[in-house]
Amino acid sequence: MKDKIKVLLVGNPNVGKSALFNALTGKYVTVSNYPGTTVEITEGSIVYKNKEINIIDTPGMYSMLPISEEERVARNLIFNGGADFIINVIDAKNIARMLPLTIQLIETGLNIIVVLNMMDEAERKGLNINVNILSEILGVPVIPAVSIKKIGIKQILETILNYKTGNKFSSPYDTEILDSINKISAMLKNNYPISKSTISLLLIQSDNDVYKKVLEQEGQDVIEEIEQIRRNLSSIFKTSIDYILAQKRQLICEEIAQKVTQEKKITEENRIVRFISGITIHPVFGYPILLLVLYYGLYKFVGEFGAGTLVDYIETEIFENILLPYVVNFIEKSISSDLIKELLIRDYGVITLGIKYAIAIIFPIVTTFFLFFSILEDSGYLPRLALLMDRFFKKIGLTGKAVIPLVLGLGCDTMATMVTRTLNTKKERIIATILLSLAIPCSAQLGVMLAVLSHSKALLFSWIFILIAIFILVGYLSGKIIKGEKNIFFVEIPPVRIPKLSNIFMKTYTRLIWYFKEVMPLFIYASLFIWLGRITKIFDLLIEVIAYPLKFIGLPHASAKIFLFGFFRRDYGAAGLYDLHKEGLFNNNELLIMAVMLTLFLPCIAQFIMTIKERGLKTGLKIAGFVLTFSIFIGYLLHIFLEVFNIRL
Amino acid sequence: MSLLTEKLEEILEMLWIAKKERNKDNLNFNVLGVEKGAEEIKELLEKKLINVNDDNVNLTEDGMTKGENVVRRHRLAEKLLVDVIDVSGSAIHDTACKLEHYLKEGIEDKVCTLLGHPKTCPHGNPIPPGPCCKLEMKVGDKYVVPLSQLKFGQKGKIVYIQGIADKNLQSLASLGILPGATIKVKQTFPSYLFAIGNSEFAVDKTVAEAVYVRIEKD
Repeated sequence: MKDKIKVLLVGNPNVGKSALFNALTGKYVTVSNYPGTTVEITEGSIVYKNKEINIIDTPGMYSMLPISEEERVARNLIFNGGADFIINVIDAKNIARMLPLTIQLIETGLNIIVVLNMMDEAERKGLNINVNILSEILGVPVIPAVSIKKIGIKQILETILNYKTGNKFSSPYDTEILDSINKISAMLKNNYPISKSTISLLLIQSDNDVYKKVLEQEGQDVIEEIEQIRRNLSSIFKTSIDYILAQKRQLICEEIAQKVTQEKKITEENRIVRFISGITIHPVFGYPILLLVLYYGLYKFVGEFGAGTLVDYIETEIFENILLPYVVNFIEKSISSDLIKELLIRDYGVITLGIKYAIAIIFPIVTTFFLFFSILEDSGYLPRLALLMDRFFKKIGLTGKAVIPLVLGLGCDTMATMVTRTLNTKKERIIATILLSLAIPCSAQLGVMLAVLSHSKALLFSWIFILIAIFILVGYLSGKIIKGEKNIFFVEIPPVRIPKLSNIFMKTYTRLIWYFKEVMPLFIYASLFIWLGRITKIFDLLIEVIAYPLKFIGLPHASAKIFLFGFFRRDYGAAGLYDLHKEGLFNNNELLIMAVMLTLFLPCIAQFIMTIKERGLKTGLKIAGFVLTFSIFIGYLLHIFLEVFNIRL
Repeated sequence: MSLLTEKLEEILEMLWIAKKERNKDNLNFNVLGVEKGAEEIKELLEKKLINVNDDNVNLTEDGMTKGENVVRRHRLAEKLLVDVIDVSGSAIHDTACKLEHYLKEGIEDKVCTLLGHPKTCPHGNPIPPGPCCKLEMKVGDKYVVPLSQLKFGQKGKIVYIQGIADKNLQSLASLGILPGATIKVKQTFPSYLFAIGNSEFAVDKTVAEAVYVRIEKD
């Protein structure tokens, strides 16, 4: 056997692939309860009995015929990854549902090892699975495991080193289909990394990628003959062939599942868990619970504790009292150039503004938010939230699934924009991106805004009310205006799980690392730009230009600076607002207009770049143009409204 | 009861729809597209199914009953074509017009039961209930209905899924939501929640109306 062994982890979403990956390699990646969030591929390795085993975690997939981009990625890894082994991870509670992928994997002719994961949950459900019989039927090794408890890991590694197969399972498809597969297989003359029967199966299901590949390898004549076989075959069936196959496989797998499972009487399932499971999606009680979750999670924990207590402590106690005086003093003494001092330690310096904001303000807020979000994720609450919100979201052209990116947006809009790719239709992705760009303030912004506005309840609630109204209005209108296929909503509701503390911390940690890699440099760049703009006097000019239209909205000259900085990061602008507000430069009316406009305003540069990356340059620019005009328009409208009704907040 | 020809049935159908759904008691011969002296009119008069005043025709009580039955068969035929045989477009109406005449008493009630005693045709027009529907309300027979009509705790087997784009159908299939699967309804609001095996799924109304289930009793 080779010294270096390559292993792929393959399976449906939500079966604990990532947890198994961590148990095998000892290195952690995001484990998610929500289908589709493990988009990236993670690699790790382990040395076992002097063999280096390289393990790759693939995105979740349901069948060999891909629907989503992630599934396509996973399939390409199986086809072209040159893996020595494929570990097919399945959820032991649902083997009937999981086995269709397993038998498709076995069809590929590659070395398959089946891992029956979450055996403990299956046992609690009263399911007794006969692993030996299952292994005999499938003809490949089957290993029971509980990967979060590291049970079964050693056996998996042993199986890799001593791999043996039996009589491999072959699916009894309809004779017409089997005939076609045999005919096509015989026509394929070249070598392929996977079995010819899998390629033939995919060809009769009109798989584009495989079609192209075969065209390339076998030429036009052969592919035309194959097409003829496919057409003949599809004329026999009422529905599409992939559906016929899916139904057949399901039948086969249900039979297998029945042969290998025995249901015992349920051993005292955890009553509390079942109660929580039910009440969180209850048509009546679900909503007050949602409010409680938001109130305690977002407002109390992220808002008051993160953005309040922690920020205060880190900002004043650590930065203002200890670190900054020391650093500033040191730089004042050791550097003579005024320009450099300006760059580093003056009002908008890299250290005094950039690093201070990033670490003293953003870091605690984002950390508490990601902790909150990871708990929601691991407890299985997010799909429940999707269930509760679907009806409302349909009114704004989205489905319940959009709840994930939108809630995540309250933490980081950039990350959330990336997550919109898990939504089903293009229309949904565009609407969610618009709402994230416009009406969902990120945690950094929220923190600063709350600080600016909280001295007046009227101010705070007006701001919240206006934002919600705009969210609904813009969502409703985009739902009407943007064309696209009809959205449908379906989601798996996983059981409620008590989150594991270590998982929560690791997840928060990986997200924070991502955040700081993506966002932290921007703080520094922004400080640099501001410094450059100031010393070259370009900013003075720009401020004059911006101040002019702002006059019509009734905003003072000083506000121009805030908007200019807001271009770099919304919360930067907000932070500027915070400082100027402390100097008492604005009255409450002006403060409200500015707060609303800054919240709606163009997102930070990182999000803008992400929007273009995910939605393309044209759509990205359109969204940015819309957001800019719309926020100015709303500012103007608000100004007129307050004037006409003579409202003084 | 003697059998009526297709042409006669169509006249009754038009008159019934005019009276019940358009509030027009009488129809002019021009609208009806039949000559006053035509054979069909004579035959209908003979059977005491219609009355003729000047140039207008209206239905007698017997005629109403017959007309209702024709409409019922036509709309059931449409429903059968769309839901089970998966016909679409203009073919629905044309084929239904032919098919309705073959669904004679007795057969139509079987079709009605198979379809789950539907209340409306694919175009949204009401289907007049037959004796089987009235009986059903009392007995609660085994029948096929969309998932959206199941109540909390009811169980059934998926028979077919219709009106969902292929791509989504494939996604549903990959979750195990496909014909043959046994489901149990756990909640119907704000979304539909049901279990298949040990998994639970939430779907919206569109999906719940597309998944047809044969109800099973415990």
